[in-house]
Amino acid sequence: MDLTCLFRPASMAVIGVSTTQDNHPANVIYNKNHLRYPVKTFAVNPKGGQLNRERVYTTVAEIESPVDLAVIAVRARFVPDVVAQCIEKGIKGAVIISGGFSETGSSDLQQQVTDLAAQADFPFVGPNCLGIYSPEAVDTFFLPGERIIHPKKGNIGFVSQSGGVLVDQMVKFAGQGIGVSGAVSIGNKACIRETHLIDWFEQDMGTRVIAFYIEGFECREGREFIKRAQACTKPIVVLKAGKTARGIAAASSHTASVAGDYRVFSDIMAQHCVAEADTEYELTSFCEALSCYPKGSSGHIGIVSVSGGHGVLAADACGHHGLAIPEITEETAANILSRLSPEIQSIASLKNPLDLTGSCVDADILNAVRHLSRDPHIDCILALLLPYSPGISADIGAKLSQVASNEGKPLIAYVPNEDKYKIIIEGFELNKIPVASSVEGAVLMAKALKRCRPC
Amino acid sequence: MLTPRIIQIIESARPAGWILEPMAKEILAAQKLTVPKSVLTDSVDSAAQFLAACDGPVVLKAVSPLILHKTEHQAVVTHVKDPETLASHMTRLLSLNGCDQVLVEEMVSGIEVLVGAKNDLQFGPVVVLGLGGTSVEIYNDTAIRLAPVTPADVTSMVKSLGARPIFEGYRGRPGVNMDALTRMIVDFSHLIMDLEPWFESIDLNPVICDPDRCVAADARILLLPETNYPS
Repeated sequence: MDLTCLFRPASMAVIGVSTTQDNHPANVIYNKNHLRYPVKTFAVNPKGGQLNRERVYTTVAEIESPVDLAVIAVRARFVPDVVAQCIEKGIKGAVIISGGFSETGSSDLQQQVTDLAAQADFPFVGPNCLGIYSPEAVDTFFLPGERIIHPKKGNIGFVSQSGGVLVDQMVKFAGQGIGVSGAVSIGNKACIRETHLIDWFEQDMGTRVIAFYIEGFECREGREFIKRAQACTKPIVVLKAGKTARGIAAASSHTASVAGDYRVFSDIMAQHCVAEADTEYELTSFCEALSCYPKGSSGHIGIVSVSGGHGVLAADACGHHGLAIPEITEETAANILSRLSPEIQSIASLKNPLDLTGSCVDADILNAVRHLSRDPHIDCILALLLPYSPGISADIGAKLSQVASNEGKPLIAYVPNEDKYKIIIEGFELNKIPVASSVEGAVLMAKALKRCRPC
Repeated sequence: MLTPRIIQIIESARPAGWILEPMAKEILAAQKLTVPKSVLTDSVDSAAQFLAACDGPVVLKAVSPLILHKTEHQAVVTHVKDPETLASHMTRLLSLNGCDQVLVEEMVSGIEVLVGAKNDLQFGPVVVLGLGGTSVEIYNDTAIRLAPVTPADVTSMVKSLGARPIFEGYRGRPGVNMDALTRMIVDFSHLIMDLEPWFESIDLNPVICDPDRCVAADARILLLPETNYPS
């Protein structure tokens, strides 16, 4: 199924615009895209007329030029006819915003649309959804542009069964400086489902991580999802809603009573290296970490800090999240010690977590990270940087990134998210080193790397 | 692949909704899983002959389509060592509701493990591993994997359990034979893929594991309601 028409349409018809009600969803979508995105946009309403001095076409058939994408925002009962007209016109695919299908009990109506589209090989997203935000290409969310917070163009492909969660997650991504390559609200997923979108984002060159918010799968859909996930070369992150036990009332078998829906989901995701995030906050951290390090690690963490307290906090969080803090080898400790500034040689603690103290300078941190990276017991390094220390320069981000890149082991940094430290943060991020704004966040990023490895 | 005999067993179990233990074990044995040596009989004499031929004690189990949970009906007698005890229990079990025959089995001992399967709506057949017995639901210390599984999956299942030290042997006690357990779970996972159209859940509880082998001491196969069967 080619979804280019949905993610990068050259032209689009918005069906169901109102000439009287300016905040109608279709009007919001039309106004957002017309002359604002590189997509030629046409307004359609059977009554015709004008919208903002542009022609309103009475049907898609009236549009003289070819149309790639139809955005359908008419009442549910009119949707089958409109879809038929779109197919007749040769439109390549649709986003069906309209609600009033299986979510309200009208499964037959939904099936009618699905069958119609399937016969014509006509892909559509929805119904009952926000549709697609494809940065610098198209935006079918019926949320006014001035209200929504859009993340920048980036490398996360995000798919959500809930439009509300999608929009909220975009706010979180934007807040952490994470960009998306595409965000899709699939609603009732009557045609395009998670499995199709794994395939789309897998072949999309701009996507490095594919993330999902999943409420539930239909019959055997979970198995299909796993099959696609296994064939996919990019890390996949999932956030599952509906974790409380259900459907296990019939307890005549021990197995059925211990293998509730969520336990099955969670264990199977882990079995197949799909990184399951426990919370929305984790989802954000996981996406950032895996976009930098798609291969993951086995969770043996070396910690470098300039404050003993931060090292202990991080070690505690690692323990909580199932990450190990192994002892470093004597050789590693000796190599670090022999190169430390004389001022801190007697006060630095070189047991994992390493405390270089507030008197250390850039070179000490670089030295510690370099040799920790070479320690065979360590496969991921957390650098907890407190830029208040006088010995730490604004160059530390770029310099440390260089060390990490030379040594080849994942490095994750914690830097407080303050404007005055932006230069440090950018020093890391421009070099694809993930930066967390809290100690916990840094630990969650390390957890992500472990979760996308075989359990 | 399922043999015509297995299909026949399933078909005949449809009305009851579950497969009687001797037939369930026949299905397991056909898939090369180890089950205890046994005789299915209503005769005290043949039961006594079986006991005499066994090295140790035997277990008696009432076989009745009306008794799904045997312990709740005192339908299992363990540690039967002499012909007199055997005879009196045989008589009692044969008087239980619906019981025409008694399954007389060699008694095996070792670590009790649960090997189970669920036909999950979203994922299809999944395998479950945990410590056996009735406490499995209390501790909920289980590992679940999508079937069919690989030997590496079985290793990771054991590693993920809180009860891992028991499997591996601790405080001088022997653990389970991991090769035997692995082989059993891998074979079982392929069996449940074949049984996907019919089964709802399967409990092999307990599977009794010692340093030499893993034996499915009990087996219960619950079938899907008939409306869900393939046509």
